[in-house]
Amino acid sequence: METSKLRKHSSAATLLDTRIVVPAIGQAFVKLNPITLMKNPVMFVLEVVSALTTVLLIRDITVGTGGGLFEAQIVLWLWFTVLFANFAEAVAEGRGKAQADALRRTRSETRAKRLLLPDNHETYENVAADDLAAGDLVVCEPGDIIPGDGEVIEGIASVNEAAVTGESAPVIRESGGDRSAVTGGTTVISDRIVVRITSSPGSSFLDRMIKLVEGAERQKTPNEIALNILLVGLTIIFIFATATIPSYAAYAGGAISVVILVALFVTLIPTTIGALLSAIGIAGMDRLVRFNVLAMSGRAVEAAGDVDTLLLDKTGTITFGDRMATEIVPVPGVSEHEAAEAALLASLADETAEGRSLVALTHEKYGLTRQPVPEGATFIPFSAMTRLSGIDAAGRKLRKGAIDSVLKFVRDQSGQTVVEPPNFRAAVDRIAQSGGTPLALAEGGRLLGVIHLKDVVKPDVKDRFAALRRMGIKTVMITGDNPVTAASIASEAGVDDFIAEATPEDKLRYIRGEQGNGRLIAMCGDGTNDAPALAQADVGVAMQSGTQAAREAGNMVDLDSNPTKLIEIVEIGKQLLMTRGALTTFSIANDVAKYFAIIPAMFVAFYPQLQILNVMNLSTPQSAILSAIIFNALIIIALIPLALKGVKYRPIGAAALLRRNLLIYGLGGLVLPFIGIKAIDLAITALHLA
Amino acid sequence: MTLIGWIQIALFCLIIVALAAPVGGYMTRVFNGERTFLSPVLKPVEAGLYRLAGVDESTEQHWLTYTIAMLLFHVGGFFIIYLLMRWQEFLPFNPAGQSPVPPELSFNTAISFITNTNWQNYGGESTLSYLVQMLGLTHQNFLSAVTGIVLAVALIRGFARASAKTIGNFWVDITRCTLYILLPICVPYALFLIWQGMPQTLGAYVDATTLEGAKQTIAVGPVASQVAIKMLGTNGGGFFNANAAHPFENPTALTNFVQMLSILVLGAAMTNVFGRMVGNQRQGWAILAAMGVLFIAGVAVCYWAEANGTATLNVLGLAGGNMEGKEVRFGIVASALFAVVTTAASCGAVNAMHDSFTALGGMIPMINMQLGEIVVGGVGAGLYGMLMFVVITVFVAGLMVGRTPEYVGKKIEAKDVKMAMLAILILPLMMLGWTAIAVVYPPAVASIANAGPHGFSEVLYAYTSQAANNGSAFGGLTGNTPFYNVSGAIAMFVGRFWVIVPMMAIAGSLAAKRIVPPSLGTFPTTGGLFVGLLVGVILIVGGLTFFPALALGPIVEHLAMQAGSVF
Repeated sequence: METSKLRKHSSAATLLDTRIVVPAIGQAFVKLNPITLMKNPVMFVLEVVSALTTVLLIRDITVGTGGGLFEAQIVLWLWFTVLFANFAEAVAEGRGKAQADALRRTRSETRAKRLLLPDNHETYENVAADDLAAGDLVVCEPGDIIPGDGEVIEGIASVNEAAVTGESAPVIRESGGDRSAVTGGTTVISDRIVVRITSSPGSSFLDRMIKLVEGAERQKTPNEIALNILLVGLTIIFIFATATIPSYAAYAGGAISVVILVALFVTLIPTTIGALLSAIGIAGMDRLVRFNVLAMSGRAVEAAGDVDTLLLDKTGTITFGDRMATEIVPVPGVSEHEAAEAALLASLADETAEGRSLVALTHEKYGLTRQPVPEGATFIPFSAMTRLSGIDAAGRKLRKGAIDSVLKFVRDQSGQTVVEPPNFRAAVDRIAQSGGTPLALAEGGRLLGVIHLKDVVKPDVKDRFAALRRMGIKTVMITGDNPVTAASIASEAGVDDFIAEATPEDKLRYIRGEQGNGRLIAMCGDGTNDAPALAQADVGVAMQSGTQAAREAGNMVDLDSNPTKLIEIVEIGKQLLMTRGALTTFSIANDVAKYFAIIPAMFVAFYPQLQILNVMNLSTPQSAILSAIIFNALIIIALIPLALKGVKYRPIGAAALLRRNLLIYGLGGLVLPFIGIKAIDLAITALHLA
Repeated sequence: MTLIGWIQIALFCLIIVALAAPVGGYMTRVFNGERTFLSPVLKPVEAGLYRLAGVDESTEQHWLTYTIAMLLFHVGGFFIIYLLMRWQEFLPFNPAGQSPVPPELSFNTAISFITNTNWQNYGGESTLSYLVQMLGLTHQNFLSAVTGIVLAVALIRGFARASAKTIGNFWVDITRCTLYILLPICVPYALFLIWQGMPQTLGAYVDATTLEGAKQTIAVGPVASQVAIKMLGTNGGGFFNANAAHPFENPTALTNFVQMLSILVLGAAMTNVFGRMVGNQRQGWAILAAMGVLFIAGVAVCYWAEANGTATLNVLGLAGGNMEGKEVRFGIVASALFAVVTTAASCGAVNAMHDSFTALGGMIPMINMQLGEIVVGGVGAGLYGMLMFVVITVFVAGLMVGRTPEYVGKKIEAKDVKMAMLAILILPLMMLGWTAIAVVYPPAVASIANAGPHGFSEVLYAYTSQAANNGSAFGGLTGNTPFYNVSGAIAMFVGRFWVIVPMMAIAGSLAAKRIVPPSLGTFPTTGGLFVGLLVGVILIVGGLTFFPALALGPIVEHLAMQAGSVF
């Protein structure tokens, strides 16, 4: 589908795609509307002073008391500064807009088959999806787009959720259980289901998604609000600093024109970060969307950066979901080959993951070749009652399964008490203590050996957890296993802590306990019983494949249903905060050079001694002021890519990270404008602009 | 500059650092209500005072209640001073027969003393009775100092406490601070000063016949008791008009050195109190280190500028630095160090005329005050001012490590940033704003003694000193006029209380927050990186704010001086 292509393929490389840039230029002018600009106080102030100087310039030109090329250029660059800021925001928004448009098309074209009577699932009327209310029942047949979020109350169907997840492999949705939730905008591929609509018009998952990617209802995040206050505070301080200058100059017997004062003021106030602040926020959300994660609020994205503890489900996140056979220990008197051969035969027809892994093991470790299931063999499947499985073939009765079940089988077959060989019990205990699952293997009345089934930890998780530890984040594994098994897997995977035999209440209690100690918790979950914990966690990532309850409870939804993504979500959150901090530092550090450009230029007429402060040796007072204001405007454009891409997060510990970023953005911010302003001054002088 | 000069400066710094931990430890015990070696004697007195005032020692206050109690307390203090000054001729202990003080001057002085400024538009020996000096000024010297300290302690409690609604009890804190900290130091300190030759008498001024046979009236009075608290409490209001340059107010080189120590000792110890209360003394040392960097840089520039003197004098063959306006018995290093110390703290006592310093030498005291007197600073006030900068620094830099910024486990959020910004922007408004008005308002311009940039510096210094609650005067400016009395009083009042109220709001907001345990992802605030960053933010924010004004004052004066023209 188009949406999925957009999401999967638009990357940072296409940052300045003409399809985005051209409309953004138009938007930059639309955004000059002071009512909308007021949300960004620094830029609003900038617009006000730009308008003021424009009026003064027009007055001076009409009255004929001045208003030369220099003043006109200053005014022009002031407006450019505002426009560049608007452009940055428009570009950031533009990237989400295209995606939102595609989503919106899906929604508006959808028709629904609404049941006339709740009990009669056959007769329906055809209505627009927008007319559906929560509680309505609709029928969806192959080819139908599901008209709204809801719950399957009858039937089972395969559904293509690519419109939402970008993943075209169909998923099964059925009534009852954890797979009953369906999302509006997805398509039924086979079979027929009856869905009870749970969302009211305009507030469906798809609607929320459109708003999110568009940034239309973007709320400022807590840190963004705090940063805005800081920027406003700095702006006020610089109002004091510049508004008092005319009086000081008058005392010294000089006069300073308004346009020069405005130029000083504008270069001092934090326009760089002020211009890019909302673009950074929009881009942060957009990065998540690109990552196929939908954050229901910006607050959640920021909280992700602050997370102290990650709660991870063992199965599927830390280990492969299924246990695998890793060794076969024969009892004395049985050769390894004989035991392996029996294990292979017993598992040939066993299509469970464990059975398949045993076949693979006999092949890889014991060199046996896979053979067809013998003619006339009877497969004994595993059941919760017998707790063993196996095969009856050619007069052989092969069984593998839980130790006591197999021992009982052996006893029944041989008709006498089984004497456990000492190494058999030792192997069983060893395997159990290492966190594995021991299976006994027997043929008729004869015990052959022990099979070691192991929960295999995914190969890369240990490194990832080490990286998290360097980020200062504690990982906690949640598992239904007993404490011995859990401890063994925990140490193998390198998690910091684990909760064994965890119930949903345990999770909730753990989260509350950690929060009580001031920590922020992130977790992911998919089942209805995860919902309370998801709601309690500071960052709750629900799997798109999960239940409606889980999706409602979390504050993020992972469309790929991949629990390891929590780690990337944390990184994106950190990146968002870092980008703001780095550009703020850069913006403030810039001011030093601007002072050295403008202050001597401003006062040199009546205090020629101050020429010594012109350390950049700028050619004339006019070119100095103009260079500073041009630098101030152009730096915004230059930093748009960084604002959209974000400052890269590195898990090297806070101190090292701070040192690094201070060096780049602090020291860089101090030095770069000296070079930039000088270069612009040379260009201006060469072009005879001032 | 001489080696012996540098040794004196180094010795001074060493003693301050050495005293920080023991004094800080003692103060921490006092404010935590723990037992100290003075408890057997003072506990009954303390309990008696609470009974007398009807204060329940165990009840704590919400930040707003605490702040309102403090404000009401100062309204009372204001009226005591104001009325004592207006009615002094009818009151006892007036051997010199001083007449009533005019309303504007009384207003200015009353505000000046309740705000710990001690700006002197009056001349002590020629204007005030002993009663006013003791009951009005000395008394407020204690209380305004105590106020600074307890407010800082309240803010520290905000950082230290978790999920708390209260930040202490104002009445209990001021009682303990006075009884256990200030009085036990001031009594022996005053005796020491008397031993060194300082007068302490309620007797009348002494008439002497000079060698030429002329009659001279020598002003005396209860000097030592006032000077002890004037220094220890960073008040700075002199008993005599010449302040610590007067031989009776600063008789020996030893009193000069001890007075400088006493200006900074409590302020430096407060950083240690902070460290102890938040459970990590290194946090306190980091703040003291940042203060130390700014202090030593200031002393170095000031000492260098004064020791080099002016080009004009050097051309005339007058080598040996700038001795104009300095007491010969103290010399250049003790005067430069004193000037930096008194403005680093909000003391304002002077042993030399800052007006006569070289342009750059005089700029250092000005910058010290413009930064908000956070270089050690006034007792308590220096620490809470510094913590406002810490909040801003941590907020900007903390974001760069990818977390919501936090300091000593407290998340710095929108409300805290808002209040810290409010507290920080009040000072530039008062300092720059009033200067801008005064330099173009003809009656105010008439008070300026010198021409050109030096005259500008005089006005800038006056408002800087008053808004920062320092109280030292540059000199040269005739401050006792209705305009300067009233505008100065406003600058002092706003500069004190408009900083305090937002600061206390932060204390309340922080106290209510949970404490986030530190992790590897937490931005460390105890190392050199943080110290450097804090210094950088202070210099950039402060420097950017005052650079235009400084360029038109001391900087241009210095450049002119190098070219041979002086003002």
